[in-house]
Amino acid sequence: MATYSTNEFKSGLKIMLSNDPHSIVENEFVKPGKGQAFSRVKVRNLKTGRVVEKTFKSGESVEAADVMDVDLQYLYNDGEFWHFMDAATFEQIAADAVAVGETSKWLKEQEICNVTLWNGAPLSVMVPNFVELSVTQTDPGLKGDTAQGGTKPATLETGATVRVPLFIEEGEMLKIDSRTGEYVSRVKS
Amino acid sequence: MLTQIRAFFAQRQVLEVETPILSNAAGSDPHIECLQTALADGRRCYLNSSPEFAMKRLLAADVGDIYQVSRVFRQGEQGRYHNPEFTLLEWYRLDFDHFALMDEVEALLQQLLPEFPPALKLSYQQAFERFLNLNPLTAAVAELHQVIEGLPVSAPHFPEDESRDSLLDWLMSQGVAPCFPLDRPTFIYHYPASQASLARLSIDDPSIAERFECYWGELELANGFHELLDAAEQQARFEAELQQRQVQGLAQPPLDYNLIAALQAGMPACAGVALGLDRLLMVLSGAEHIRDVLAFSIERA
Repeated sequence: MATYSTNEFKSGLKIMLSNDPHSIVENEFVKPGKGQAFSRVKVRNLKTGRVVEKTFKSGESVEAADVMDVDLQYLYNDGEFWHFMDAATFEQIAADAVAVGETSKWLKEQEICNVTLWNGAPLSVMVPNFVELSVTQTDPGLKGDTAQGGTKPATLETGATVRVPLFIEEGEMLKIDSRTGEYVSRVKS
Repeated sequence: MLTQIRAFFAQRQVLEVETPILSNAAGSDPHIECLQTALADGRRCYLNSSPEFAMKRLLAADVGDIYQVSRVFRQGEQGRYHNPEFTLLEWYRLDFDHFALMDEVEALLQQLLPEFPPALKLSYQQAFERFLNLNPLTAAVAELHQVIEGLPVSAPHFPEDESRDSLLDWLMSQGVAPCFPLDRPTFIYHYPASQASLARLSIDDPSIAERFECYWGELELANGFHELLDAAEQQARFEAELQQRQVQGLAQPPLDYNLIAALQAGMPACAGVALGLDRLLMVLSGAEHIRDVLAFSIERA
């Protein structure tokens, strides 16, 4: 079992705490005058996203979390699992709804996603910051309404609904910010 | 800053000295690890973590009042307030006790920093009583654990048999020091005898040591002693520290027998203090990180 000593602590390091994988966000060296030294770290629980503060005595060691980020191609959803493939080895990995979470509404087949694996199983799935998706349904646009003015809902090929300008029509390809769920622009084909 | 420091000591007729950075011996403090290097013949040398031992040998040679601005090195100390290589201003005054030296530290700070109100001066016990409502000398260990749990900061795992000093250190730095005023220095004096380090114990009350620290806000700037002169006592403390190091599985550095010999030959009564100049620059400039006051911090050195 791999472990890390406090002097190896740095942000981004993945460690196990109370049986959950955590990522170090911040590490502060604390040493009172003639006394013992400590590491005070802020860690993010990779399962819940919660950030907590922990303090370790210098020299203490902590179990390493077998966590790695890999780029995988999204294949399909079978109703329960989302299936991904390693484009190099063709190895397939299935992620459940907990791991995919809100990201599911941006997942388009063939898209390359960043999947965080813990002990080989998907912990979370990230799509690129900007995704390109086509409009499957939206009310007809009004002529003359161009850059400014109101917005209307549009349903995208992944099932997600976003607010778009009135001039957008069905079948158009849009660029969406997956972090905020906001429309960015049309994509010229 | 250095010009002002040199003028301050010149006016008080304190002699500037230089002592070696490389030493054949190292400190035995279990909480300070010295950096090592080797000479061409394979002889191991230590980079000093403080010029204290060498300066005391000069004192024993009757050189009189002395000061030094020196680079010192400590393994593994790197963070917001730490760089493995840093600068200490260390000075010794004959026939001063710790109170006289505290006054001199305050006078120097008044010269180097913008004007501030008179320093807050509290004994270790008073500080704990004022800010944590706890008597650090008599409180039961269970009570210390309890107070630690009540603090707003996350504590490391302290087992039941954690040493009393280790718990007190944590309380001092995480519970007491954060309450110090931000607009002036705070001096804490009369540490428990178990934290005497190189200070003499009080003749009136041997449970306390004549040691002081100077803080600015919660940042420690200086550590001073009414110096221990007793060679046998000093050797016993070093050996106790070595034993503690052994228990903790730490290296056993060679003790500085030159210092013991100097104490045996007789060192004049004096008080001495070491002040971190990088941290003082942080106070002066309002810097948030020590690297902001260094030309090149260790990441870029």
